[in-house]
Amino acid sequence: MQTGTPERNTAHGRQARLILGFALLFVALLGFAFWNIVAGSTALSIPEVFDGLLNAQSPHRVIVMDVRMVRILPAILLGGALALSGFLLQTFFSNPIAGPFILGISSGAKLVLSVTMIAFLSRGVAVGSIALILASFAGAMLSMGFVLAISAKVKRMSMLIICGVMIGYICSAITEFVIRFADDSNIVKLHDWAMGSFAGLKWDNVLVIAAVVLPALVLTFLMSKPIGAYQLGEVYARNMGVNIRAFRIALILLSGVLSACVTAFAGPISFVGVAVPHLMRRLFKTAKPIVMIPACFLGGAVFCLFCDLIARTAFAPNELSISSVTAVFGAPIVILVMLRRQKEGSR
Amino acid sequence: MNGTYYISAEQMTVGYDGKPLIENINIQVKRGEILTLIGPNGSGKSTILKSMIKELKLIAGTVVLDGRDMANLKERDIAKKLAIVMTERIKAELLTCRDIAATGRYPYTGHLGLLTKEDRAIVDAALETVHAKDFADRPFSAISDGQRQRVLLARAIAQQPEIIVLDEPTSFLDVKHKLELLDILKSMVREQNVAVIVSLHELDLAQKISDRVVCVAHNRIDRCDTPENIFTDAYIAGLYGIEKGGYNALFGSAELPAVTGEPRVFVIGGGGSGIPVYRFLQRAGIPFAAGVLQQNDVDYPVSQALAVETVTVPAFAAIDDDAAARAKKLIDGCKAVVCTAQIGETNRQNGQLSEYAGEKRTDAAALFDAVREGRL
Repeated sequence: MQTGTPERNTAHGRQARLILGFALLFVALLGFAFWNIVAGSTALSIPEVFDGLLNAQSPHRVIVMDVRMVRILPAILLGGALALSGFLLQTFFSNPIAGPFILGISSGAKLVLSVTMIAFLSRGVAVGSIALILASFAGAMLSMGFVLAISAKVKRMSMLIICGVMIGYICSAITEFVIRFADDSNIVKLHDWAMGSFAGLKWDNVLVIAAVVLPALVLTFLMSKPIGAYQLGEVYARNMGVNIRAFRIALILLSGVLSACVTAFAGPISFVGVAVPHLMRRLFKTAKPIVMIPACFLGGAVFCLFCDLIARTAFAPNELSISSVTAVFGAPIVILVMLRRQKEGSR
Repeated sequence: MNGTYYISAEQMTVGYDGKPLIENINIQVKRGEILTLIGPNGSGKSTILKSMIKELKLIAGTVVLDGRDMANLKERDIAKKLAIVMTERIKAELLTCRDIAATGRYPYTGHLGLLTKEDRAIVDAALETVHAKDFADRPFSAISDGQRQRVLLARAIAQQPEIIVLDEPTSFLDVKHKLELLDILKSMVREQNVAVIVSLHELDLAQKISDRVVCVAHNRIDRCDTPENIFTDAYIAGLYGIEKGGYNALFGSAELPAVTGEPRVFVIGGGGSGIPVYRFLQRAGIPFAAGVLQQNDVDYPVSQALAVETVTVPAFAAIDDDAAARAKKLIDGCKAVVCTAQIGETNRQNGQLSEYAGEKRTDAAALFDAVREGRL
């Protein structure tokens, strides 16, 4: 990036940066997680938090575990999933501003989810976690199909983004339309969810999230070698021995599952998928997937913990939607990235 | 009979989106051999190469690599045998040149792609070979096009292939690095018995390195032969559609078309001394005649291409009165006469021609001044 200053990337310097970077991310993760437990409408002291965490009989157990932790863990898992999904999409489209939200994939998931939820709820049937994910995944793939069809036709990266945003708008409009037809009792729940929030999840949801996101993370990490090859472009990747067809399908499915899982449980969350991979590239000064994959996951987790903390506490007792907070911090990063590109392009 | 060929395209039809561009291509390369594709822009050289490396689907025919149909080979197995250097730009953000070269080790590394000590040594050696060690740790995006090309070659070398396919690898290189790159290819062919398929724009280079040459033009394989048979004035001129005499097979160079009209300057050249004057007059757009040259003179092919008329005598023959008479006739029609030749035994008559010119006689420097000031 900083082509003006030819810096020496020695093996030592790289290793030090790696260790420092991950240390920073872990400290930030624990720090924000802890802050999230402490802060809230009922403020807890540090001993109270540890009591609640470790002692099942503690009077603080409910608030620590069933109010705070049940929100923190999804924020970590889903935040990581979002950032990872963004990284995969950026690699896939070799487009630095791709992400599940911007390409309309989250909105597609939201649309199919809304239809499914209304169909279930109007019959008085509760929607299970698995059904939520499946519906969301179907929607994500639907949008992805459109985006892929467009990307085969247009090569300009800005066009792809514009088309993605349009798909997002169309899906959101239809979702609004669908929600209008829902029963009153459903509207409130749907509306909250459609704005994006980590609130209202239960422990069994958390388990399902972990059961989906963690294996996807491991699979993605195992694909870091072909992902690295693909960064050089399809031609060279094939010459390195990557089966391009299988690889592309795997990448699409993984990024789809990750963003579908997020949308299913927390609604559409904007800009995390675009912004976090960039922050991580800046932090680690590398684009190597073997570093970027864990880094993006941790970075996304930290970013979402931070944003959720603000969403909960900034205007307490009123909560902000998580998407509005992530947008405030994420959008400027995207703008910076685009400006930098512009500058590099004109040079 | 395929046993001896390392890669062979048989009855291959190539093109885009199922539309055939070139049909029935047969290309074979042995190990230890350089096959060069030449031909005008847009003739389909890249298409052929892309089809042979499986980037483009074949419309018909097969490509056999090391005795096996490439269609049935796994990518990874192909990667251990075949390396490429293509023209596609690599968007390599935050990757150093060493990182790029190291991707050549991909087919050999384990599941996570971590490099062993041995891999690193191979990458280092490859960077050394292409003289890229100095900038190995700089970002790939921050180096020049020529340096990038060398890093990509290092990548291909690190892949330890048995065949390298290169699409116009010399396009961005300066003269020194062009020669260096081709020299590296030559030594890989000699020392490691690698097969090379390369497309080149530079005919002089193609002539120098190729064992066999494939000419692609007018949507077909025009010829496939040894460089001696391909690089003849008439054939190359026809292949590229340049005017007759415009291409010189001996020098492997092409000349701009001659200025036509009544000759205004007569250049008495010889031994290479005439060429700078011919070129100057050609650039200035002044028609000229040249003479008297023996047909084995270095000046001869250039004057043939650039002069309106050249008075010649056979190789090693002394200039006779007949040639002198023809030269005098031309001198009579010219405004200026320049003699750049050294006068010796066989071209004594040239000295007399210079005398004959009298007032019109001038030297090269004075002629250049006169032309620049518009006095001619």
